[in-house]
Parts: sequence; C-alpha cells; structure tokens
Amino acid sequence: MTLLEFARGPAINAALVIFVFGVIWRLFWLLFLPRAADHSVAKLGAGAAVSSAAGGFVRHMWPPREYAARTRFSLIVGYVLHFGLAIIVFGFAQHILFIRDIFGIGWPGLPTGVITVVSVITLAALIAALVRRMTNPVLKMISTFADYWAWFVVTLPVVTGLMAVSHLLLRYEDMLGVHILSVALMLATFPFSKLMHAFLVFVTRSQTSFFYSRRGSHV
Amino acid sequence: MADWMSQQGTVGEALTRQGISRRSLLKYSSYLATLLALPPTSSQAIAQALAGAKRQSVIWLSFQECTGCIESLTRSFSPSVEEMIFNLISLDYQETLQAAAGEAAERARLEAMEANKGKYVVVVDGSVSTRDGGIYSTAAGKTNLEVLKETAKDALAILSVGTCSSFGGIPRAHPNPTGAEPVSAIITDKPIINVSGCPPMPEVIAGTIAYLVTFGKLPELDHLGRPKPFFGDNIHDRCYRRPFYDQGKFAKSFDDAGAREGWCLYELGCKGPVTYNACATIKWNGNTSFPIQSGHGCLGCSEPNFWDAGSFYKPLPGRMTGAGEAVLGAAAVGAVAGAGSAFIARRRKAAASDPSASPSVPEGADQ
Repeated sequence: MTLLEFARGPAINAALVIFVFGVIWRLFWLLFLPRAADHSVAKLGAGAAVSSAAGGFVRHMWPPREYAARTRFSLIVGYVLHFGLAIIVFGFAQHILFIRDIFGIGWPGLPTGVITVVSVITLAALIAALVRRMTNPVLKMISTFADYWAWFVVTLPVVTGLMAVSHLLLRYEDMLGVHILSVALMLATFPFSKLMHAFLVFVTRSQTSFFYSRRGSHV
Repeated sequence: MADWMSQQGTVGEALTRQGISRRSLLKYSSYLATLLALPPTSSQAIAQALAGAKRQSVIWLSFQECTGCIESLTRSFSPSVEEMIFNLISLDYQETLQAAAGEAAERARLEAMEANKGKYVVVVDGSVSTRDGGIYSTAAGKTNLEVLKETAKDALAILSVGTCSSFGGIPRAHPNPTGAEPVSAIITDKPIINVSGCPPMPEVIAGTIAYLVTFGKLPELDHLGRPKPFFGDNIHDRCYRRPFYDQGKFAKSFDDAGAREGWCLYELGCKGPVTYNACATIKWNGNTSFPIQSGHGCLGCSEPNFWDAGSFYKPLPGRMTGAGEAVLGAAAVGAVAGAGSAFIARRRKAAASDPSASPSVPEGADQ
C-alpha cells in the first residue's frame, strides 16, 4: 500500500469517523448539560431570545470603535485567514470533489491560480497570527499548547497542499498523500481541540449576547 | 521465429541483411535520441555505436500475462519499431514468436543461456506465481518461478516489460489467488529495469532496449526502477488538457458539453496526476492519440497496485472506499455518548443539590 493509498483509504476514513463521533459527542454533551433556570426578570427593552442572540452575534463580528485601533491587526489577520481557509476548502475543485464524495453535493470551483494566491495569503496570515501570539506578552502568557496545536493542524494542510500543487520536496503523489494525512490529522483532532470553535462560536456568542440582552446591555 | 531475429553478429550486419540503409539507421538513431531526451548530436554517436554493436542476446520469458505487452511491441507503427528492435537484438527465446515448441523451444533457451553466459538480457512479461511453489503457472513441466530463477542466474540484466512483471499487475490484484509477485520481488541480485504499463508503450520498450545495446549500461532509473527518460514526468503535467484543469473547467460526464469541449477529465476519475509514463508525449499508434485524447481518463496502468487503487471513475481526491456505515455508526455512538455524558452530569448535579443525600460510609470501613 502506497502512502497515497493509505491516506485516501484507511487514514481519511478513520479520521472522518473520529471527527463525526467527536463533534456529535461534544455538541450533544454541551446542549444537554443541566442549566440553571434564569428566574430573573428581563430588563426593559430586552429583545426576544433569537433576535438578541443573532444581533449580538453579528455585532461581535466587528469591534467597538474604542477598541478598533488596538484590535486592528488581529482583526484583519483573523478575517483574512478565516476567509482564506473558507475559500480554499470550499472553492478548490479538488476539495469540492472530496466534499461531494462524502455528502453527495458539489458546486463549481475556482481556477487553480486563484486558489494558489489565496493559499499564499492565508499562509502569510497564519504566520502573522503565530508571530503575534509568540511576541505579544499578554497573548504569549495566556497561550497554551492547545493554541499552538490548533495553529499547527490548520497550517499543515495549507503548506502541504501548496507544496503538492507546486511539486515541491516530494513527488506529487507522495506529497498529496502527506497532504491528505495532514487533513486527516486535523479532522481527527478537531473535536478535541480549539478548532471546535468552528461549531461552538455560534452557541457561545449567541448565548452571551442573549444573557447580556436580558440584563439590558448590548454587546 | 524468423531466423534473422535470433542470428548473432553486429547490428550493422543485421541491418544490411534486412536491406536497411545507413540513412534509415541514422533516422532511427535520431528518433531514439529524441525519445531518450538526448542531445541531437548524440544521434550520430548512437548510429555508430549501434552499427558496430554485437546484437544483444535476449531471452524473453512470458509468465502470468495476457500477451498484450508483446502485442504492443509487434504491432507498433512505422518506421517499424519492432523491426528495428529485432535488428538490435538476437531474440533467442520467445514463446509467442518462436517457431519451435516443446522440448526444442526449451533447448533453445538453455543453449542461448550457455552460449551467452553472463551476457544475455532476460526480458520478462507477466507476473510470477509464488503460492504453493508457483504451481499455478507452468510451462514444459516447470513453474515460472523455477524458469525465472534458472534463467536469471547468469543474466546480465533483466527487463521487466509491463506492469505485471514490474509490479505484479492485475494477477497480483486482490485477492491475488496465485501469489503473483513482480520479478524484483524474486530476483534481487541482478540489475532490473521496469518498463511498466498495461501494456507498455512500444517506443518505451524499444528505447530502453536500444539504450542497453547502445550504451552497454542501464539508463537512469526512478525510485520504482523505471527509465527516467520515459517515466520522469506524470501524465497530468504533460497533458494537453492541463490548461482546463488550471482554469477549473472539468467535464462532468463523458458526453456533456465540457467533454465535447475537451475539458479536463479529472472529475471523471483521471489518474494522470499520479501516473508516470510517456503516453501524453510520445502517444500511441504512431503519435496519433492516447487515452485522454480519446476522451477517457488515465487509469494509472503504469503504477503499482493500479487495479486496487479504487474505482477508475472516482476522482482522485475522493476516498478509495466509502465509510458510510462507519460514519453513521460514529454519529449514533457520538449522540449516545454525548447524551450519556450530559445525563451523568445531571445526576451529579442533582445529587450535589440534594440535602438528604449525604456521603454514606461503607459498612466496615472503620475496621
């Protein structure tokens, strides 16, 4: 069995099984956890649960004016790398085929050149995020292994994907195997790492916004 | 087998006997130089070397194969590659082409081995049965395994022609009932060149033999033992449809508008990106076409295990096999585990908030 066959076969399938199990386990666990009933009376002007949660979620996407200058760098880097990753994952024809293989749905892809440019920009944003994390005193102090691990398993597929397309270091089929293995690593650790925020961000921000809304505050 | 195929002497003498002019030899040498990616000036040197070279004694062994490899060579186009190649070599044993049969044929092999001890080249097409002592493929009362070991013992080098002899090929596909193995898994003390393909390209077979005869050494080989001049690039990088791949234009079915426009066949399962061969450059049938040009994706036939590497029609990024039931099972187990974890948390919380529930001391714990 070649590296590519192993990656396209047992490795990616095992990773998918772990990913699905882990994500559903964590979501079910969190959603069914006991919560204390809120007996307080909502403040005047508090919105309905859904609208206050959604409103707060949207407002969280951009910082308040007074924090704009201080958060500009991380905001831009964060948006660039998240949008970049989304374009790479959902815009590259080869990735769409992978998604179609699993879910049975697909859509037109973007030209390879566009994806390559986006990948390079995304990689630059990922490196910038890492440099900031390692140089900003506060961020450095609160960072744990989990933060660096999340960065590593996201960056590795971007690097190996670019190297596969560019025929660097290894033969294409071997680098493609390494790339798929790196994706498998990311998928398998996804539910148990900080990458889970891809699902939980919608829950946590909405819930926080809803709580604050009941207290008469818009965040 | 025609006499001229197995006659000794120099290549030049053989060409003269065949009425082939020096000009034809030069043309063929230029052709070889081009195939091997050698400088144009080397064609003159090749012609001189070929004319003076002794015809290489070749023993061609056919094992678990379909005869497609020898068909590929003998049915190649003009200028007749097979004629030229048979002028370069003295084909002393080839079961399909030789007139002799039975004991006479076997005697020819043994005589050729004795006469050219340590100098002959063994060409093998087909994989070798190894299970139960190799009894699943025999000829003249001998297993292929025995014949290979016996013939390879005093050989100069071995040329594995076709994917079966190079990597095991279709006979080695799961469940491999005959224990089929490539030559390289059995013979480990001789130089082996793998000319893979199902079938291999005639120009690649001929070019490799010509290189051996001309230069008296093995060409540069890749990590799978294949001649780099022919297997150095993958099909995808040399494919004329590559621009469509880069533009994201893919045929979705074999008869849609994209297919008619000649768009990339990647989404239809083409294995060109992971297949190394000269199909996209030399092409087949006298440089006429190759599978992708004919509208079908590359099967990856020159690669090891191509038969077991998933469906020919499944795109490369897709998984080789689905894991639908396992994923659904994982989802169900995840849901149960998640609900169970939450249930345990609820019970703990309820127990912690129940004032009547005090920790009990097990009976006898104070003893």
